[in-house]
Amino acid sequence: MVATKQSLTSEQKSELDRILKEYDYKKSNLIAVLQKVQELYRYLPEEALTYVSVKMNLSPASVFGVATFYSQFSLNPKGKFEIKVCDGTACHVRGSMPVYNAIKKKVGLTGDKITTDCLRFSVETVSCLGACGLAPVVMINDKVYPKMTSDAMTIVLDELMKEDV
Amino acid sequence: MVETKVKNTLFINGNEVEFSNERNLLEVIQKTGIEIPTFCYRPDLTLYGACRMCVVEVEGRGVQASCTMPPESGLKVKTNTERIRRVRKVSLELLLSNHDRECTTCERSGDCELQILSNKYDVKDLRFEKLEEMAEVDDSNPSLIRDSNKCILCGACIRACTEVQGKSVLSFSNRGSKTVCAPAYGSKLEDVDCVYCGQCAAVCPTGALAIKSDVDKVFEAINNDNKTVIVQIAPAVRVALGEQFNIPSGENVIGIMAAALRRAGIDKVFDTSFSADVTIMEEGTELIGRLKSNEKLPLFTSCCPAWVRHAEQNHKNFLNNLSSAKSPQQMFGALAKDVLCKEYNVEPKDLVVVSIMPCTAKKAEAVRPEFSENGVQEVDIVLTTQEVFKLIQSAGVNISKLAPEEMDQPFGEYSGAGVIFGASGGVAEAALRTAYEVVTGKTLENVNFEDARGLNTLKEFSVDLDGKKIKLAIINTLAEADRVIDKINKGEAHYDVIEVMACPGGCIGGAGQPVSCKDRLIKGNRKDGLYKADAKMKLQKSHENPSVKTLYEKHLGEPNGEKAHHLLHTEYEERDIWNVED
Repeated sequence: MVATKQSLTSEQKSELDRILKEYDYKKSNLIAVLQKVQELYRYLPEEALTYVSVKMNLSPASVFGVATFYSQFSLNPKGKFEIKVCDGTACHVRGSMPVYNAIKKKVGLTGDKITTDCLRFSVETVSCLGACGLAPVVMINDKVYPKMTSDAMTIVLDELMKEDV
Repeated sequence: MVETKVKNTLFINGNEVEFSNERNLLEVIQKTGIEIPTFCYRPDLTLYGACRMCVVEVEGRGVQASCTMPPESGLKVKTNTERIRRVRKVSLELLLSNHDRECTTCERSGDCELQILSNKYDVKDLRFEKLEEMAEVDDSNPSLIRDSNKCILCGACIRACTEVQGKSVLSFSNRGSKTVCAPAYGSKLEDVDCVYCGQCAAVCPTGALAIKSDVDKVFEAINNDNKTVIVQIAPAVRVALGEQFNIPSGENVIGIMAAALRRAGIDKVFDTSFSADVTIMEEGTELIGRLKSNEKLPLFTSCCPAWVRHAEQNHKNFLNNLSSAKSPQQMFGALAKDVLCKEYNVEPKDLVVVSIMPCTAKKAEAVRPEFSENGVQEVDIVLTTQEVFKLIQSAGVNISKLAPEEMDQPFGEYSGAGVIFGASGGVAEAALRTAYEVVTGKTLENVNFEDARGLNTLKEFSVDLDGKKIKLAIINTLAEADRVIDKINKGEAHYDVIEVMACPGGCIGGAGQPVSCKDRLIKGNRKDGLYKADAKMKLQKSHENPSVKTLYEKHLGEPNGEKAHHLLHTEYEERDIWNVED
């Protein structure tokens, strides 16, 4: 499944309206609005960005600028399982890269691609998760996996794949 | 009591210099005759302080950007120390490190600020490797080329689009070394709400945003024996082209231009001021009709193609209020392909109409499908002032050997009213000169409507037309247009006539004109040049133009009549690019 450019349904619009209303259509709340929109879709679809910019009286280019500036935002669909591999200094020296490579291999990602075609897994490195004492750390959605190794990671992923059929 | 005035002074390279209301150190330094290199500093836009070329050494404070530093009493400033030169040179080297350095084939070669400064600072050895991955060049639209490989991220285009036009078509996206200055979603300009006014290109220091050149097309036509090539020259061009030949801004070079274009191989030379007079006949008649019936008011002018496109995108509730009269460029084209073709006995497809315009949006206007008859466009090629300079140079014409020449017939006469179309307020003033006489039946003794003149983005005034008070708003820049329309929509303002020009100061500040973004005085000089040309003319009212009279008698009949309507009027369509409604 590949996301195609399409117009929003009326349900999607009313959900976006709800978010916009919650934040009073205020320009200074743009980042918060985008965070909520991303919660809804797991990424920021173009149509939603355009909708938000028109309703907030901002130019789509400016909103796109904000959305692409912060690494917390993604313009591409993210997988159901968002895997963040910490590659801060501590995790890096403790071997985060072999863990990262093992994850990519396990879920079948090569090159610069971060999300599997089935939209189940996204794999990215992040700079620091603030848990250096547990290095190397991996986060899957909201759960933290401390002191990871390639083998441990494979077991975790096997479990996830079994649960999510 | 004796008032003692305390003088504010600071020291520049050891010399004591007085300052008063200069906005920054840079302006104080420039006043003393020292040129400071800049890229991102544009006096008409907000301060940005990004390029670090304007750095100076300030005693006790180290290296400072002079564009963002306010002047203070007692500062000791040095502008050209070894340290400063090194900082500037390294900045240049870094800018060049990821710059597409194919200078010879660049649109801006010769007047690129990066090229000029690199040369001035003798940048020879680049220690950094050239970028390998090249971004795609956007030349999808008829007016502008966006080449991010040449962008130095000074942000001037973004500020111009936002502050002057209120559009923000461009913005920075991504971050760090991946930052680009681009439209939303990395789209092409023709897929977003760009109106092709070109104000981004007018402030771009490099070739990252450049005018799409059509000079070659003109030479092809000139060298094709089957084609008759004619030009029309827009009012604002005459007071700006001279700048490129080191003639002071504001000096009227229309006669020399006519001579130069004929030497370059153009068959006939005309003045768009003539069709501006025709515009007044059509738009003026339309206005008088609307005032009588009190319908479709305010009447918005429709001469400016960037404004028209903007209205089609953002102000669809006012599309019926736009004058249905075509712009002078298109009127000239339509008349040429009809009247001149008969007169010269040539087929419309073999008469090549070349417009010389101060404007990049005119290129996009000329290709609009509604401006064609039997598959032949009314205007075939549009050259900007900058391009016509290239054309004259490329043809090898030496203007210093030429004497001024007259325009060709039968569209040879034009009035001062047509000439002032090139300045903000000119269209309204020209319309008033004619409307007053038509409505009152009296002679207008003083033709000057001073309230309409000047570079302010909004001018408001009223005139008495035979007992009826007409309220006018004269607007330049689309940001100002949006503000005024917002007030009208809220019921806070009311006007009968609204003139809108997208560029600062009107067409004289068009993006096709020679680059003037570093000098705040040039636009004023050009404006003064147009009003001076108008004042010198015997003919100052459009309806008195004998060429116009003959045109209506022989070919068109009545203004707004059937033939006139077919040739000289148009319709508008909604173009809501970011439509999110169903």
